[in-house]
Amino acid sequence: MDAARLIGRRFLQLALVLLLVSFFTFSLVRILPGDPMSTIIPFGTSAQRSALKHDLGLDKPFLQQYVNYVGVPGLQSKGTSGILQGDLGRKYSTRQPVTTFLKQSLPISIQLVLYAQILALVIAIPLGVLAAYRAGSRSDRAINTTSFAFLAIPNFVLALLLAYFVGARLKWFPTAGYEPGWLDPLFDPTRHFTFDHFRYMTLPVITLAVGQVAIYMRLLRSDMIATLQENFITMAKAKGISNRRILFRHALRPSSLTLLTVAGLNIGTLIGGAVVVEVIFGVPGMGEKIYQAIVAREYVELQSYVLVIAALFVTVNFIVDFLYIVLDPRIRRAGSSA
Amino acid sequence: MPAVPPDDSRVPGPGEGTEGSGSDLARFAEDSLTPGMAVGQSQLYLTAVMTDGKSRSRRLSLGAWLAIGWLGVIVALAVLAQLGLLPLKDPNQSFTSCARLGPFAKEGSASGHLLGCDSNGRDMMSRLIFGAWSSILVSTGAVALGFVVGGVLGMLAGYFGGKVDTVLTSVFNVFLSIPGVILALALVAFLQGAADNTGGQHGIDPKFILVLALGIVSIPLLGRITRASALTWSQREFVTAARAQGAKPLRIMLREVLPNVLPAMLSIALLGIAVAMVAEGTLSILGVGVKPPTPSWGNIIGSERSSLADSPHMIFEPALCIFFTVLSLNFLGDVVRARLDVRESSV
Repeated sequence: MDAARLIGRRFLQLALVLLLVSFFTFSLVRILPGDPMSTIIPFGTSAQRSALKHDLGLDKPFLQQYVNYVGVPGLQSKGTSGILQGDLGRKYSTRQPVTTFLKQSLPISIQLVLYAQILALVIAIPLGVLAAYRAGSRSDRAINTTSFAFLAIPNFVLALLLAYFVGARLKWFPTAGYEPGWLDPLFDPTRHFTFDHFRYMTLPVITLAVGQVAIYMRLLRSDMIATLQENFITMAKAKGISNRRILFRHALRPSSLTLLTVAGLNIGTLIGGAVVVEVIFGVPGMGEKIYQAIVAREYVELQSYVLVIAALFVTVNFIVDFLYIVLDPRIRRAGSSA
Repeated sequence: MPAVPPDDSRVPGPGEGTEGSGSDLARFAEDSLTPGMAVGQSQLYLTAVMTDGKSRSRRLSLGAWLAIGWLGVIVALAVLAQLGLLPLKDPNQSFTSCARLGPFAKEGSASGHLLGCDSNGRDMMSRLIFGAWSSILVSTGAVALGFVVGGVLGMLAGYFGGKVDTVLTSVFNVFLSIPGVILALALVAFLQGAADNTGGQHGIDPKFILVLALGIVSIPLLGRITRASALTWSQREFVTAARAQGAKPLRIMLREVLPNVLPAMLSIALLGIAVAMVAEGTLSILGVGVKPPTPSWGNIIGSERSSLADSPHMIFEPALCIFFTVLSLNFLGDVVRARLDVRESSV
């Protein structure tokens, strides 16, 4: 199988998973026992309720509702718009479209996760290389033990620790609030970039990154140790190439493939972790919005956020698959051996 | 360059050697190259794979004994407190004179409260011990649910393969394409809504909803691991031999495959309990964890979060409890996995 067909097949899988996820999140809201109308207008008359039900299209059959929700052209009911038309539904309470909230919160979470990912990799790669190069030594064991301990610190504990010591005691960084960064203006032109953005993001980003550092570092170490035993490394050594060049130019690339995959998969962990970190540090991203939607019982809003996050996550993994094919000549040439 | 010692942090999987190249991890990576794979799974799996497999000797290390000791003490205290056998103060009784005072408060009014009091003047020691019960109950219950359901589904997928495998794996993948915490949050919110709408007066225990939600999240994780393991073991000679002798699939699964798959599942389950405990804490901070006034480690942190700057002891005491428990569980999961390797290499 060649690379193009491989990518094509992954793309089909991507579409299928997205379809199933949308059906799942859709069903969650619909199979709730009880009348959603009584949640929206608790004191409305039964006539008002049935009118509202008709307005929301909830009097239609289950599958028709799903088709309307996705917005399949030709099959959807007249006058409705769905996901494919960019309509993610409205809040029960204020009837504002969910997309307006998404535009404000999504770039914030993307930046947070991106910074955390970059910071984690920037710290983990040199540490992993060092640990592999000096495998079995005292510094290797020290790095290993420390990372094992860090793996056991929950996000929210680390967030509170940093908020207390670095924020409340030392007062180095703000522990609550947010200023727009470089991505926010693209989604919402009324917001402008300020350098304070980075000050507000520092503690949340460190919190998210620390757990990942331990994982990435251990992963790279183990792959790197295997690579360093390969013949081409011996060859490079025999040629008299410097250790640094061997480690970072010859050994790092073949050792980084699993790291790349896992970094992609870990986006999910990061997004999940971002929810609690955003709530603790008062960063108004997706996590904060999800939290508020749960408190206010805005199920349609919640459903849309879950769907958007799943879609993002699945798409990122699709891109990682693609990069994997580009980076690894063995897969590029021979197709998947799995 | 210094000589590189043989790398012992890799896990030889059951099929190692038969497939030629690659560690378990490499195979996992190839396996995971489907959109929407593994969220917490990568976390779980990595904790499992990446931890040092050095403790292969039969004797348990000091760390392992400390881990067992800590877990034993916590469980014993939690159970004894539930039975009313400990001389503890009522976890919901307020002592106004000691409110917000830490264990080292100078005023002296906190005497008699070894770990201080919370913002309502309730005894922290008592709340922590009663809270341990909720935390253990929810996390163990959730993983038990995932262990049984995920184990059965994974076993079916791995043993039968074909269409059964395709369907079950796609279902797992759909669930895994939603980040674990988000899925748990959504499930708790929806299930809680459902429970309220169906008449909350006789009420379902909110703890049960948590167990259900976290259990559902852990099903695909344990399911995929069981499937992968069952798949390789099902291709072994002794399974073929049993089949040739006319054994029924159920018997083969229970007698031949299960005993080999179980150790891997157990080691992941220990890590899973740790992950579930952290998840309960996360949900508590987001206000959908164990309902106060019933204490849990998570909801003590969740409800005292605003007093962080003034009375940090109310946050850091339960945080330390969670940290030591998670550390112990990770460590023991590692020990179980190392044991598993010993068994495999001696086969």
